[in-house]
This record gives sequence, C-alpha cells and structure tokens, in this order.
Amino acid sequence: MRAPTAGEVLLSVDDVSLAFGGVRAVTGVSFDIRKGEIRAIIGPNGAGKTSMLNVINGFYQPQRGRITFKGQTRSRMRPYEAAIGGIARTFQNVALFKGMTALDNIMAGRTLKMRRGFFWQIVRMGPALSEEMEHRLLVEEIIDFLKIQHIRKTPVGKLPYGLQKRVELGRALAMEPDLLLLDEPMAGMNLEEKEDMCRYILDLNEHFGTTIALIEHDMGVVMDLSNRVLVLDHGVKIADGTPAQVQADRAVVDAYLGVSH
Amino acid sequence: MALATSTAEDTFPKLLIRNARIFAQRTAYRHKDLGIWRKWTWSQVHEEVRALALGLAALGLKRGDKLAIIGSNRPRLYWSMCAAQALGAVPVPMYADSVAEEMAYILDHAEVTIAVVEDQEQVDKILSISDRLPRLSQVIYDEPRGLRDYDHTRLKWIDEAQKLGRERLSGDGKAWWEASVAQGKGSDLAVILYTSGTTGQPKGVMLTFDNLVVSAVNANRFDSLGPDEEVIAYLPLAWVGDHMFSYAQPFAAGFCVNCPESPETVAENRREIGTTYAFAPPRIYENLLTLTMVRMEDASRLKRAAFNYFIALARRCGEKILNGEKVPLHTRLMYRLGDLLVYGPLRNRLGVSRVRLAYTAGEAIGPEIFRFWRSLGVNLKQLYGQTEASVYVTAQPDGEIYADTVGKPNIDVDIKVAESGEVLFKSPGVFAGYYKEPEKTAETKTPDGWVRTGDAGIIDAKTGHLKIIDRAKDVGRLNDGTLFAPKYIENKLKFYPNIREAVAFGDKRDFVCVMLNIDLTAVGSWAERNNIAYGSYQELAAHPAVYDMLAEHVEEVNRSLAEEPAMAGAQVRRFLILHKELDPDDGEITRTQKVRRRFIAERYAPLLAALYGGAGEADIATEVTFEDGRKGVLSARVKIRDVTPIPAPSVLDKAA
Repeated sequence: MRAPTAGEVLLSVDDVSLAFGGVRAVTGVSFDIRKGEIRAIIGPNGAGKTSMLNVINGFYQPQRGRITFKGQTRSRMRPYEAAIGGIARTFQNVALFKGMTALDNIMAGRTLKMRRGFFWQIVRMGPALSEEMEHRLLVEEIIDFLKIQHIRKTPVGKLPYGLQKRVELGRALAMEPDLLLLDEPMAGMNLEEKEDMCRYILDLNEHFGTTIALIEHDMGVVMDLSNRVLVLDHGVKIADGTPAQVQADRAVVDAYLGVSH
Repeated sequence: MALATSTAEDTFPKLLIRNARIFAQRTAYRHKDLGIWRKWTWSQVHEEVRALALGLAALGLKRGDKLAIIGSNRPRLYWSMCAAQALGAVPVPMYADSVAEEMAYILDHAEVTIAVVEDQEQVDKILSISDRLPRLSQVIYDEPRGLRDYDHTRLKWIDEAQKLGRERLSGDGKAWWEASVAQGKGSDLAVILYTSGTTGQPKGVMLTFDNLVVSAVNANRFDSLGPDEEVIAYLPLAWVGDHMFSYAQPFAAGFCVNCPESPETVAENRREIGTTYAFAPPRIYENLLTLTMVRMEDASRLKRAAFNYFIALARRCGEKILNGEKVPLHTRLMYRLGDLLVYGPLRNRLGVSRVRLAYTAGEAIGPEIFRFWRSLGVNLKQLYGQTEASVYVTAQPDGEIYADTVGKPNIDVDIKVAESGEVLFKSPGVFAGYYKEPEKTAETKTPDGWVRTGDAGIIDAKTGHLKIIDRAKDVGRLNDGTLFAPKYIENKLKFYPNIREAVAFGDKRDFVCVMLNIDLTAVGSWAERNNIAYGSYQELAAHPAVYDMLAEHVEEVNRSLAEEPAMAGAQVRRFLILHKELDPDDGEITRTQKVRRRFIAERYAPLLAALYGGAGEADIATEVTFEDGRKGVLSARVKIRDVTPIPAPSVLDKAA
C-alpha cells in the first residue's frame, strides 16, 4: 500500500452534477487530485465513474459545479482546452484509429505539440522534417518503454485487445500530460498483462511524476497502486480516503455487496 | 577470403587491435535501437572496449577475476567479454532467462566478482540473491530504464564505467591498455561457458584462446567466410554456438554482427539486414516452414496453385541443382521461372535471400524440412559439435549433403567410434577442463587427449559421414533385447509439424510408450480450419480429433520403424498427449530444448504407470513455475491411446 502524497492540488472538482434528462449520472460530487499521486476511482457499475472522467476531460458539460485545473477555475471545459492544458486519457473501449499503424496512432498524440503549419507539413522538408524527427524520437522512446517494437508497423485493428490498450496508453503518453486519466486500463487482461500494465503505471508515476487518475475494478490493483481512493455509487460520493480506510468503510462494503434499501 | 592469424594475434583483444588497424572503417557491430540501426566500426569498437576495460580495472577487476555477463544480444555485452579478456579476467556469460536460483549457483561456483547485465530485470534478480554472493562487488547495467532510484553504491551504469576509463586515457591509460593486452597469450583461459546440463548441476567448460581462435580460423577457412559476411546475433550468448558465431569468428575474420531490437523482432531484423550466413537449431527452420504452410492455406487460389506446383517442382529437382548435378534443360528453365515467381519471394519473406550458407545443429532435423529448404535454393547443412569441442566436431562439406548425417570431421579434427558405440574426438578446440571439477573432467577427457562426446554414433561406410544415433547413456534395451534408442524414435515423431516434443520410454520395459506435446501453432490453425473450438492449450491437447490425428502420425512412424530390422521391435504401442507444454522453467527440458527424460519420468510417474499398467486414462497434478517464480498446480485427466504395431515385412513375406 502507498501512503497519500503531500503535493499541491492539481485538479479539484467542486459540487459537480451531471444529468441526462431524468438519469442523474453524477450528483454533487466534490474531490481533488494532488500532484504526483495515483487516485483510484471505484464503484459498482453505473456509479458514474466514466461520466466523472468525461466531465474532467470536457466531453460532458455538467449542469452544476466547477472544475479547477492548475489554478484555473472553469464551469465549462472544452476537450481541446483540457488536452492543451495537459490532460490525456484512455478509453474503456479503446478509441484508436483502427486503420493506422501503432506508430502512427502514437504520433497522432503529438499533434498538439506540432508547431509548423499546414504548408510545411505537406511539403515535409526542412523545419517540418526536423520537427518530425524530434517527435519520432520521443514516440520511439515510448514504444521502447511499452515494449511494442514488434507491432510498430501493424495496423492497430489487427492487434489483440491487450496490445491495443498498450498502444492507446502510448498515445496518451505522447501528449506528455500532467494528468493522465485511465479508464479501466486492466479490463480484459490476464495476470501477466495486468502486472505489466501495473509496472508501466508505477514507472510513469515514480519516474516521470505523472499524476494519474484511474478507474479500476480489480481491487488488488487498486489497493496496491493508489495513494487515495474515491468511491462513487449511483452518482454520489460515498467514501474518499486511503485504500485502507476505504476498504474498511461500511458504506463501501454495502454498495459492493448490496443491501436492501 | 578467410583471414588467417599470425601467432602474434592469439587472443581476442589482440585481434581487436588488429581489426581496428586493417578494418578500421568497416562496420563491426550494429544494433537496432529506438527504431534505427546504429553502427560501430572496428576502430570505434576498439575505443569503446578500451574505455570499458580501463573502467572495469578502476572498479577493481583484476587478472584472473571472473566477470559474469547476463542479458540478451547487445553490443556492449559482447564488448564486455573483450574488455575482461584484455585485463586477463575471464568472462562467464549466463542465460538471460535463468531464474534467480540457477544464477545463484553459477555466480557462486564461478566466484564472480563483477557482473555486467542488460537491464532492470537482471539487476532485480541479482539483488534478490545478493546476500548469498559475498564476492560480488559491483553490478554494471547497460539499459538504465527503471534503475534511476536504486541504491548505487554497488550498482553502476556502463556509461559511467566507460567515463572512468576515459579519464585514465589522458594519463597512462593507452600504454597500460596495450601492455595489458600484450600480456595475454593463447594458452590463457578465455571464457567459462556453463552447460545447461540434462542431468545434475551445470558444469563450467573452460575454453582457452587457442581453443576458440584456432577453431574460429579453421571454421572460417572451411566455409570461406570473410569480412563481408553479415550475421544476426539472436541465440543465447551463454551458448557456445553464439560465442563462436557472434564473437570468435567475427573477430577472426572481421565480419559484421547485427544485434536485433528485441526477441520478437528477430525475424524482421534478419530480413532488414539480409544476413549472409545463418545458424539456427532445427526448430527454427521447422517453425518457419510451418508458418509458411499455415499462411499458404489462407492465400488466394492462384497463389496456392502456383505455390503447390513450384514447390513440387523444387522437391524433384531443386536439391540436385543446388548440388550442381545434371538436370534436363527444360526442368532447369522451369526452376528458374519458379525462382522468379515463388522461391525468390519466399526466400525474401523468410529473410534468407542473401544467405549463402545456413547451418543447423543441436538436434536431428526432419528430412522433409531439410530437403524443403535445400530445394528452395538455401544451402542448408548440418554440423555436429559440443561446448567441450569449441563447437566444431563434424560438418557437411559442400556437395556432400544428406539429411541423416552430420558430416565429416572439420579441419584439424579427428574422430573415432569406440566399441561401446560412443563417439570420441580430438582437436585444437578441446576444452581445458570443467572448472573446479577435476573428476568430471577425468571422466570426459581420456589420458591421451580424446574427449568422450557422450553420443552414440556410427560412421557410414558409403559416405564416410558420421551419423549420430542417440545419447550414449540413453541407448537401452527392451526386455526382449530389442535396441531402444529413444531419441531416434522421438526425432521421427517430432518431424511432424503437429508434434512439438516427444518423450519415449522403453528401457527395461516390455514395449515402447511415448508422451507427446502438440505444437500449438500448427494444431491450432488446423483446429480453426476444421471448426474445432477450444478454450485453452489443455483443451486442445485433450481433444479426441487431435488424438486421432496424432495416432495417424504414430502409426506412420511405426511403419518406418518396422522397415528396419533392428528397430522393428521398438514400435510405439501406447501414447498420450500431455496437458501442458514441457518447459525449461519447470526443469523438464534444458534451456537449449533438450528433454530431461529421467526427470520427466519422475514428475509424470502416475502417467507412466498408467501407460504401462494398461489404463485408458490417468489423473495428473503437476506443480508449475510461472515466469515470476511463483508456483501453481495444474491438474488434468489425460487419455491414453493404444496403437497396433505393424508386423515387420519379413514376417509378412513368410506368411505369404
């Protein structure tokens, strides 16, 4: 288990509510994420975890509440504002460009960092070429880190699920994010793949200092990896604390095991 | 053009200095890193090795010390071998996939003081056993990822070591380096290679510079290898074959060694480089063939038709053309057309377009596979050797290639077959002894300098070639006196792509039984094509249709055994398919894929009892070791099949 970090607050979510017509996905949730920590968001299915990430990311606009990221408070966040600001994410169902190679997908993550304009990119000479080489070097380091050299040139649609998830992680890393949002990164993986993924997440956090928020169902992973855990159930926060505290919390146990209301 | 060496260049460091002089700008090493091939010329390698040697000296490595080298094929690990040798220290390369226990034994037995390792994985393994290794003073790593926050009192990045070395160059470094290299001589110990024993603990084979350099020079001469060759280093660097092909022979001839990006990209990297000289165990050639056949099943009708037609043509005349025999003109022209349409593109796909010489050794190769490669125009030959011989005992000369022999003695090698049937040899490559094991050395080396190979063989009267039958101590007899050579039977079975591994039993028994492993690639693809669903290896291995298919193979093997009077009585009566693949991590096979029959007999004793007891099935629960060292239990109910043996032809004749 890991102790909570003492860093400053990187992101804080303040009384956010999100509803789709009559469906109340998230109701009055407030929490924060400190710099350099691994924050797990857990809860039974339908608790509003992915909706919460989508709100942080800017995909959904909450009806109420505010998000403060790196000191700047907003009530509406656009996806590109989030991306430029340094938030990257992966998706539950893998949102890669299936026809492109793994390398190209990860290079796509560098789009926002490319400075040269349209004309130079088309011509691909001089300044655009040297810029591409710099980006390529970083992408190759990511490929080396994730050990996916052998599928560099394989169209992503042909890859098995576990490898696709790794490529998607690579694309998120290519953005050099301050905050990385991972939506069920271990889903569908066997023990060995899970251990590899855990290793990558820990390395990212320990060596590069990346702040990570992850939605995860595997309790073993959550307990071993995270500094603090947020528990949602039916859109409402029911616990927030260290893994040990949350594990012992009555409300959390009831939510997972079910209690007649 | 092979380069002979004068007596002045009798060690690898001396050869390095020579190469830096005469091959200064030629590429010596390449490594694909971060997507691009980086290269070093011989003069650059000289500079790097010198810096590393001076650095290791600064870290305390002295003459006579042992330096462990653990990792996959990386240039800097090879250079560490030379750097150690320049100081008069002895490199001890080890298998990168050893578990910590195996490493602890060797590091302690060899009295290693410094270890050069590839990456965090190896460092972690050593740290987990460091309390058992009081002599180990430093661990040096090549790849820094993940190691930034480790305690660096006894840990160093290889770049740091070289930096220490380069600081000394401004002082007496250069002169000291040259003096240290000059001190080495041919009779000095060059390397200790631990054999992954099929029985007992690994033994450290001591090889001198003379052993390796002379063998390398002779081998280069035998096959006319010169400085233009390109090879890919992908076999374990703890194995004598890799030490010879990727270290000794390149240093002697000046050719280039290419290190792949990762184990998964070897095939692609081989294609990119276009290697000219290949070496692989039969398994690799077999796997490539299986992969090709499997892929062809999915190809379009036209491609399949062209493939089948031209491969049949190649089977008829390809080998003859390669051997330079006479072939009718129109057949030759058709072969040329085939070369354009099928063989050329196929060789290109397999990465062997520029290969002028391909060797295989270590196990018997299936005649079908052997002929297939030769008929495609690849000069595949067999050789036979051991670590104790610095590899080379026999090899097939060009023009005398047969599927079932291992060739004639190499240059300066003598062989003889003892009355017991054991093959003995004498050569300049004969090892100095087993490190710290004088009794075992005396068991293997006779007083007059011959070495017992431990293999039983015969010299074929017609061709003068050596034929290996089996390991001498494995040759046994059935209760009725029939000769039982388990490897002979196992090899015949393994020639089928569906059968990955076979273990035969029969010594002091009434009849022969075998345990089989299916090949997941071949059988998996067959299952897909025949709409057989399976959820795991275990399920597929237990499927009745798979049993039927393998029963056919066993019957065919029995048929071929029936044709040989000495072997007719050793036909297989019963067999079963194991629920899990035999694995080196479980100790069932060695790291070079040789079966440990005795160990398997103990481990699967319930199955063995059922085979000979007549039962139709048996339960087995085996403890397995996962890659991270944890243990688990795998249990299964394994079915047993009977096979009716085929009466020998002579009996049929009598009856008729």
